[in-house]
Amino acid sequence: MLSILKGIWVILSHTFRRRVTVQYPDVQPIMPPRYRGRIVLTRDPSGAERCVACYLCSAVCPVECIALQAAEDEHGRRYPEFFRINFSRCIFCGFCEDACPTYAIQLTPDFEMGEYVRQNLVYEKEHLLISGPGKYPGYDFYRMAGVAIGGKDKGEAENEEPPVDVRSLMP
Amino acid sequence: MSDVVLHLLTIVGVLAAALTIAAGLIWGERRLLALWQDRYGPNRVGPFGLLQVVADIIKIFTKEDWIPPFADRAVFVLAPGIVFAAGLMVFAILPVTPGIAVVRLNVGVLYFLAISSLGAYGVVLAGWSSSSKYSLLGGMRAAAQVLTYEVFMGLSLMGVVMIAGSFDLGRIVEAQKNLWFCVPQFFGLLVFFMAGLAEAHRSPFDLPESDSELVAGYHSEYSGMKFGMFFVGEYLSITVISALIATLFFGGWLGPVLPPVVWFMLKTFVFIGGFILMRATLPRPRYDQLMALGWKLLLPLTLLNLLITGAIVLAAR
Amino acid sequence: MAVIYIDNRPYTVKDGQNLLQACLGLGFDVPYFCWHPALGSVGACRQCAVKQFKDEHDTRGKIVMSCMTPAADGVRISIDDPEVREFRASVIEWMMINHPHDCPVCDEGGECHLQDMTVMTGHVHREYNFPKRTFRNQNLGPLVNHEMNRCIHCYRCVRFYRQYAGGRDFDALAAHDHVYFGRSEDGVLENEFSGNLVEVCPTGVFTDKTLKRHYSRKWDLQTAPSICVHCGLGCNTIAGSRYGQLRRIRNRYNGEVNGYFLCDRGRYGYEFVTGDSRIEQPLARPERSAALERVARGEALQRAASFLRDRGRVIGIGSPRASLEANYALRRLVGPDRFYLGVSTEDYRMTAAALKILQAGPARSPSLKEVRMADAALVLGEDVTNTAPVLALALRQLVHPKADAAAKTFDLPSWSDAAIRELVQDEKESLFLATPAHTKLEDAACQTYHAAPDNLARLGFAVAHRIDPASPAVPDLAEEVDRLAEEIAAALVSAKRPLIVSGTGCCSEAMLQAAANVAWALCRRGNPALLSLVLPEANSIGLGLMGGGDLQSAFQALREERADTVVVLENDLYRRESAAAVDAALQLAKHVILIDHTRHAMAEKADLILPAATFAEESGTLVNSEGRAQRYYQVLLPKASVQPSWRWLGLLNEPASGTADEELFKLDGILADIAGELPQFRPILEIAPPSGFRMMGQKVPRQSPRSSGRTAIDAKENVSEPKPPEDPDSPLAFSMEGDEGLPPPALIPRFWAPGWNSDQAVNKFQAEIGGALRSGDPGKRLIEPQVGAQPDFFQTVPTVFEPHDGRLLLVPLYHIFGSEPLSALSRGIAELTSGRYVALHPADAAAQKIAEGDTVQLELDGISLELPVKIAASLPPGVAGLPSGLPGMEHVALPSWCTVTTILQTPPLAPPQNGEGVGGGVGAQS
Repeated sequence: MLSILKGIWVILSHTFRRRVTVQYPDVQPIMPPRYRGRIVLTRDPSGAERCVACYLCSAVCPVECIALQAAEDEHGRRYPEFFRINFSRCIFCGFCEDACPTYAIQLTPDFEMGEYVRQNLVYEKEHLLISGPGKYPGYDFYRMAGVAIGGKDKGEAENEEPPVDVRSLMP
Repeated sequence: MSDVVLHLLTIVGVLAAALTIAAGLIWGERRLLALWQDRYGPNRVGPFGLLQVVADIIKIFTKEDWIPPFADRAVFVLAPGIVFAAGLMVFAILPVTPGIAVVRLNVGVLYFLAISSLGAYGVVLAGWSSSSKYSLLGGMRAAAQVLTYEVFMGLSLMGVVMIAGSFDLGRIVEAQKNLWFCVPQFFGLLVFFMAGLAEAHRSPFDLPESDSELVAGYHSEYSGMKFGMFFVGEYLSITVISALIATLFFGGWLGPVLPPVVWFMLKTFVFIGGFILMRATLPRPRYDQLMALGWKLLLPLTLLNLLITGAIVLAAR
Repeated sequence: MAVIYIDNRPYTVKDGQNLLQACLGLGFDVPYFCWHPALGSVGACRQCAVKQFKDEHDTRGKIVMSCMTPAADGVRISIDDPEVREFRASVIEWMMINHPHDCPVCDEGGECHLQDMTVMTGHVHREYNFPKRTFRNQNLGPLVNHEMNRCIHCYRCVRFYRQYAGGRDFDALAAHDHVYFGRSEDGVLENEFSGNLVEVCPTGVFTDKTLKRHYSRKWDLQTAPSICVHCGLGCNTIAGSRYGQLRRIRNRYNGEVNGYFLCDRGRYGYEFVTGDSRIEQPLARPERSAALERVARGEALQRAASFLRDRGRVIGIGSPRASLEANYALRRLVGPDRFYLGVSTEDYRMTAAALKILQAGPARSPSLKEVRMADAALVLGEDVTNTAPVLALALRQLVHPKADAAAKTFDLPSWSDAAIRELVQDEKESLFLATPAHTKLEDAACQTYHAAPDNLARLGFAVAHRIDPASPAVPDLAEEVDRLAEEIAAALVSAKRPLIVSGTGCCSEAMLQAAANVAWALCRRGNPALLSLVLPEANSIGLGLMGGGDLQSAFQALREERADTVVVLENDLYRRESAAAVDAALQLAKHVILIDHTRHAMAEKADLILPAATFAEESGTLVNSEGRAQRYYQVLLPKASVQPSWRWLGLLNEPASGTADEELFKLDGILADIAGELPQFRPILEIAPPSGFRMMGQKVPRQSPRSSGRTAIDAKENVSEPKPPEDPDSPLAFSMEGDEGLPPPALIPRFWAPGWNSDQAVNKFQAEIGGALRSGDPGKRLIEPQVGAQPDFFQTVPTVFEPHDGRLLLVPLYHIFGSEPLSALSRGIAELTSGRYVALHPADAAAQKIAEGDTVQLELDGISLELPVKIAASLPPGVAGLPSGLPGMEHVALPSWCTVTTILQTPPLAPPQNGEGVGGGVGAQS
């Protein structure tokens, strides 16, 4: 009983508290850098596309709004032939960013994505790809991976020995 | 002749005031809740967001009014009407000032009790005719809850009636010239307030609609203006109960300096605010807790209150 | 039955298993790498460790490898013991030391046994920070991709490639931690089962190179159970599609048929479905001489209806590569007496003879499982490696008599692979090959005999006579052939499960009769002989059972003006009869309607072409050469106006009959109609559940629960996603919604189980590891032998083959890549297809001073061909070989006599045509 009265009193006392609402759009809010807004595809420090089209983002997406097709250039580097996000379905959960092994897909603090035509919410690769590395400036997946690509032969990645000479019997 | 015109003017005036207040509450409740939750509430349409009411009315009138194919059509349409009408009919007996009242019934209190039970029909029928399990559950709850609290509501008023010696609301107000009944009938006030919450199925006693378990209870299947009538009907009940609390326990129009109408309105608005404060504060009890509270606490309390009041009245005679 | 105790609970398991098999069979998750149910145990990877206890009082126990320990009665083990768990986690950690960070760009990712096992053992964090070992990759040809860095050295690939499939050009090279699995130099993998490395390899060293061009993860593929259409064996496959395109074929385990492996033709021949030569629109020509132009579906149907108005003058030509349903729908459209099978007279005669032998005789046509279980085999006249490759793989697995005996003498279990191979050494199994020329199976055979088809048949008759003197004797038999016959007869008689393999490859009826005589002679002696007859196409037996005339009688009907309109179903008649004959016949027809999925020479003669569905776009039934009817299911939606042939034919039938029977436009309806009309096909109703079948009220989903992109795939065209398409023909759904339980065996759309994303999940679908699927292997046999029957032996023994003066007998040679027209359209296969050639015996070549690479002119039956020469020492003198059905080759009825004249001599050492050394035929001899 007393707790009820106390509750009523606490609520009443809020009559004189400051209001916390930010009067958007009159006042522009400052979003934290890890806010989960518009999704972008980033590039690695050398300026090449980071996405290797591993399909993990599309697999983890709970609303299945990511579709892509893998392709490979003549030197063995993988990239998405197309990469489509249907933002009219996206729930900005950030699972795709969590799943991405190459830091390619990232969520940004931009949330102002309203459109009058729903079709305009379908973003293709050219809409998603930005020219920088986003939140993770130094990372380059292919420096860690074992596959050879143009400009990086076998054994040239980080922490790799030069390729084995199969014809040698030396220990 | 002028008597008739005056009477008609009174009716129109009370009706207009009641509906305006009820509609205004659509905005008022949201603003108050926001205030207590450190927000602004509707503040974009018109000054202080007041025109939100107009926007909402336009919206509710133009929305698709869908009658589910599995519903019992006739009853489905009738139910919100009953709720709405029952809410309005009580306003007839409210003595706003010594001079302004639609009708002065010498059985005013009884009339109020009768009409407010009628409102339960609307809710039960709405739940029944929707042919949906959530609606039916809501309707059942409403029936049981309203019937239960009807008992205490009636009993809690009997103390007031005993002291005032009349069922006529005007006479009851006049009997409070020296002392508002909230003092001798404190327990009556408490019980009446709680019963009022339950009668109007306002939170925390909004179990018939409890959205977290029954979607929206008895009005799950309603849309458009029919839903609007339930919505406004609820605000009408709040207004009526608040006005009655003011009349029965806080001396109605009585008060110094200001004219009687202002006093009456002022008191009513305070209690409406009280209702909203309850919603802002209290969580919804479980259904069995609601019933237990009624039968195990409020019933003995009212009976005791009645006994003591009776004894005192007898002794004073 | 043995009782074993796992973590102190008793379980009953079958005798003769190892602990790993037993545990997996009981549903326990024991990680493993080197063990494979088909390859046996070698105990190399140390991953399947469990703790074994002496008795119930033993608390210390010892760690053993479960794959090397028999599940004998009373064995007590623990899988969950903390020490053994840690042991397994350490083994994985050690294997992962050099495994690269490749998963995102690795095609195996998502169906990787190594990933599964790593998760299963709980090794989640790498502590090794030192440099990783790297290898250079090899280019292994257009089918298999090599990424050696990923290797964990389980040796499965070499064990499969060298020991199971008999390949020689791939091995474990180098030493210690440099062991390298590959060829001595870059080059195409020669073995025709190399594609299985993709499935055998537990990680991503070997991946599907054709899939790489249009890569999709396993979880994204919309899959359905399918049947391979590229030969008569009917191997079960899983076809996978994505974005409306067929992406890959994987093996679908069927214990009775293909087991764990497919041939490369079946695995990589799928690309014709998305190839450039697909017919995707109805095409019509306004008049005979005009060019084909696209017409709308409605207009095409109208034209067809006007062509078919006089129903009495319409004949239908079916096809052994079309489904039973399509052929039946055609038969219903034109009437049984105007339905022709669409095969040449020779093929027709051979199929009929084969069917008669299998149905009237006591010898049973074996399933491939029974072939693998046989302990002696005689292959008569058939180059199985190239005409029925998986049969050749099965023949390599014949039970070695020594292995059989060893099991008793040394108490060696049959799964102890290394020990048994050590015991057998280089001794060959009892496999006898008698073929016109060299075949790739020879390295596995204990005796080989190359001769002209007639002489091969004579050998067969001689063997039969040796076994049962009641069968006709062979006059004028050469002494060494007689000795060989005696040896073969002795081996077959002493075998417990003897097997005779023959087929239509030599187009010799005598050969089939000889094979039948051998099998029947064995049966008379009480040996349950099996007789496997290889038929050329996916539905040869089905069509033979349906009955109808051959192609010549169809032409006859046109010539006699009994008909003037021809409906051709999925058939290129130019591959069946000579161009002249086909041209002449079609000239007589007023209207030619072609229903097919792929453009070929017939398109030029058709007045109307209706686009048919391929195996991937329709559901239907095929009967394999065992006589097993099997259902395949639609895996993807065809392009707008493409639909199954049987549905086109149903539509064509509609206006005439006037009564639209809705049911006949559904698979179930047409199946019921077939079973009602033709009682021999009644079992086809039972091979798979009807379309109304539901599990827990739901269909079986074609998409995995993790299938992605549903709301984005079509968003480019329209942001509102469409309703998933419905499938009225099968209990499979084109969506990921549906029951995730174990579907009936005929409906298994993919092998997946929680924690088992790779194909090894098949363990969870088998009633017994390496045995039948739960609820039985799918398919129903339509032909059964007359057990105990003693039919008369065939009496006509051919005379000794003699070369005619200056003329050579031209026999067909087969190529796994190229002889089958559909697979030859696929990119990878096309690259490996041999060029045209004629193969000559060195003596015949020398007689005319012809050298390898010269161009010669062949003259036969009014046809003349200009071909480069290959010298093939294995051919018998007087016999020349002509590759059968290679792209661009004219149809030649074989065998037939020809003359050879040199027209162009090339300087010596001219490089051979592309693809030499791969496809098979005589080109592949080493």
